[in-house]
Amino acid sequence: MPRSAHRSHRAAGLGAIALLTLSACSPSGSGSSSGSGGEDVSGTVTVFAAASLKEGFTELGERFERKHPGARVTFNFSGSDSLAAGINNGAPADVFAAASARTMRLVTDEGHTAGSPGTFVRNRLQIATEPGNPHRIDSLRDLTAPGLKVVLCDRTVPCGAAARTALTAAGVGLTPASYEQDVRSALTKVELKEADAAVVYRTDVRAAGDKVEGVEFPESAEAVNDYPIARLENAPNPSAAKAFVELVRSEEGRKVLGEAGFLKP
Amino acid sequence: MTTGREAPPKARPRSPGRGVPLALLVPALVGLAFLLVPLLALLLRAPWRSLPEQLASPEVWQALRLSLFCATAATALSLVVGVPLAWLLARTDFPGRGLVRALVTLPLVLPPVVGGVALLLALGRNGVVGQWLDAWFGVTLPFTTAGVVLAETFVAMPFLVISVEGTLRAADPRFEEAAATLGASRFTAFRRVTLPLIAPGIAAGAVLAWARALGEFGATITFAGNFPGRTQTMPLAVYLALQNDPAAAIALSLVLLAVSIAVLAGLRDHWMRTV
Amino acid sequence: MPKIPETLPGPAGAVPGPAPEGLDARLVVDRGTFRLDVALTAAPGDVVALLGPNGAGKTTALRALAGLAPLTAGHLRLDGAELHRTPPESRPVGVVFQDYLLFPHLTALDNVAFGPRCRGAGKAEARARAAAWLDRMGLAEHAGTRPRHLSGGQAQRVALARALATHPRLLLLDEPLAALDARTRLEVRAQLRRHLAAFEAVAVLVTHDPLDAMVLADRLVVVERGRIVQEGTPSDIARHPRTGYIAQLVGLNLYRGQADGHTVRLDAGPAVSTTEDLSGPAFVAFPPGAVTLYRDRPTGSSARNLWRCAVAGLETHGDQIRAELTGELSLAADLTTVAAAELDLRPGAPVWAAVKATQTHAYPA
Repeated sequence: MPRSAHRSHRAAGLGAIALLTLSACSPSGSGSSSGSGGEDVSGTVTVFAAASLKEGFTELGERFERKHPGARVTFNFSGSDSLAAGINNGAPADVFAAASARTMRLVTDEGHTAGSPGTFVRNRLQIATEPGNPHRIDSLRDLTAPGLKVVLCDRTVPCGAAARTALTAAGVGLTPASYEQDVRSALTKVELKEADAAVVYRTDVRAAGDKVEGVEFPESAEAVNDYPIARLENAPNPSAAKAFVELVRSEEGRKVLGEAGFLKP
Repeated sequence: MTTGREAPPKARPRSPGRGVPLALLVPALVGLAFLLVPLLALLLRAPWRSLPEQLASPEVWQALRLSLFCATAATALSLVVGVPLAWLLARTDFPGRGLVRALVTLPLVLPPVVGGVALLLALGRNGVVGQWLDAWFGVTLPFTTAGVVLAETFVAMPFLVISVEGTLRAADPRFEEAAATLGASRFTAFRRVTLPLIAPGIAAGAVLAWARALGEFGATITFAGNFPGRTQTMPLAVYLALQNDPAAAIALSLVLLAVSIAVLAGLRDHWMRTV
Repeated sequence: MPKIPETLPGPAGAVPGPAPEGLDARLVVDRGTFRLDVALTAAPGDVVALLGPNGAGKTTALRALAGLAPLTAGHLRLDGAELHRTPPESRPVGVVFQDYLLFPHLTALDNVAFGPRCRGAGKAEARARAAAWLDRMGLAEHAGTRPRHLSGGQAQRVALARALATHPRLLLLDEPLAALDARTRLEVRAQLRRHLAAFEAVAVLVTHDPLDAMVLADRLVVVERGRIVQEGTPSDIARHPRTGYIAQLVGLNLYRGQADGHTVRLDAGPAVSTTEDLSGPAFVAFPPGAVTLYRDRPTGSSARNLWRCAVAGLETHGDQIRAELTGELSLAADLTTVAAAELDLRPGAPVWAAVKATQTHAYPA
């Protein structure tokens, strides 16, 4: 990850505390700034994006560079929370694409976004099972079958919070084997057959290829994740930032992201 | 902590007596500051006002209890197999010993998460060894407290082995010879002579291993997962709290720090002092 | 690591019918550039001293006897039992190490009780036996003392008690007095002599100190470069040294040559007149005190052994000065400080050295 925590002389600790205290406060007037509509898209545009966007955004980055030969895109893919903390602590980013409205709000509340963020894709949960679904899991309730080892994401990470919402909506009380720290490790447990199933995002199932199989379930509609994107107030390269956001939100952008498993907003 | 005699720097550029050379003192103080300032920052930025509320959560104490138990169990396990391993490396000569010694230290350089994956591949339900444990004994280790202990042992034992092996190499092997001439088998000599002689080294190694096990995160969460009360140790709780509640993470870190400092200081006073 | 061959060369067929008591060993240890090959025999009650310069292989021989160094070849029989394949812990051998190697974490009593305990005695019995041994050594009041609080002499006696407490049939002592200061040494040497005299089995001690060897041992075995160069009683060896090392040890000038009547023509140097009448290879020896030094060539001297030398070095021994001379003959001469001052001896000064034939001693080589 190239430049997530540069210019950190404002003390990371302070930022971390500020994150907690200020996010609880009422949202102040968000940065209303010039969206300079210049045409010269060149130089480097730095995009901070949720880790789940890696596949689609990498593809879009290449397309962007083909469209604008003078421009280069560098990505910092990581958890949305740490990206938000980085931006709030002065990391020099142009664009922020978060995996939840909550994490985007951490940045808008600080006044670091230019204009209001917009949702560009959505994500839904799926049940990831071993290939061929040997335990015949068709619903959330099937996960409670005795002897079945299920892993969820921890509630502190988005996929865990979403799974909780879905399980509550389904009225299913599930005790998992583990609350994993992120989607990746939840999927790993299924891929290694240590767990029989995991509740993760459909994009994650798609990214895992044929090592797991995805099972849709209706309650996932209750826990749809919006992915907001925004230009940043202190963007070193505002015109390129604008152009990149436009590409992401275009029909072409949605198509690319759709192939990665994302749903249209 | 420091020498206590750095007060007037200009008065002792190179005093002939017991002065500490600046060339040593300055880097020493820089090193000390480098270690202490982050801890100090943690203290300064700690959410002292909300701390009581944070600590009132039973999950904190559950995680702390589990951490202490697992780190202690991992240390015990490391002692049981690590001390004999250190003896083997220090006192016997077998082909490939150099390679074995290098392999023992491998977990030190391996990223702990990779270690956790390796443990899954070896001891997991579907692992190279684990599938037989499951088939023959019905034992599965991932997602269990035993799994936490194993993961911690995996990363902590090298510290013990290296420390004990170093002490063994420094210890005079002729004491074992003297024991042999008195009729002691190699095992008796080890148990009654070598072990007491290297006790300080073992203690130091055990403390290192315990501290490493207590702070273990990557291998534990990868191999044993994260379930409160069963496999969620303090470092896991801290990491997950950090995702959306940094203040809670700092509070938990402080608890872990305070407890480990108390235990280590207590140990030093009670039995590191002997010999 | 040398390996013990399956079949060992050596006079294995020479074993007589009834098991002979005592030690019968030929110790061969090959270590690349160094090879030890010594034969040792001793009857129960014998005290044998292995004497030799540093690096001669004495300690290697001792370790081979204890089983701490494997034999490359040879044999080792103790009271008729073949021991060369027996591990050290199963040999009836006790060792007093040079620096004692008392276990620092155990009291004197538990150090001594260690052996009996390992050989199967119960805890109480082992301690009782240890207490008896400490009592015999006059150390009863130090039973509870840790080794680091014992004086050198006390530690030496604890080490001896520890070695004896297992009732060994072979007692090995490696430089038993080397770790002691001069004053303690005198006292401990006398005690050790008494204990060794009372010891009923074979004792072998290793030392580079001729005085220790002569006081403590009935028989000396002189080892140089891994070989036995001479063995015999202390007085025999003192009177008839066969190598320069032994001669130097016992304080003699020693030369080898060809005897023809009352003259020994030295292999390297002049002839020496003697009183003995010999022919063939012979040694000739005389003590440094028998040498008279002159500034100028003496005219009235009756000595027929007169050599032109130069002072190579001077050393003070009490009120005596020992002069190392080179020239026609290399020799050591003792003289008083007064005489040395009168002669104005200093390194490089030319002198004449004279020895009366009656002061020399020649014997067949």
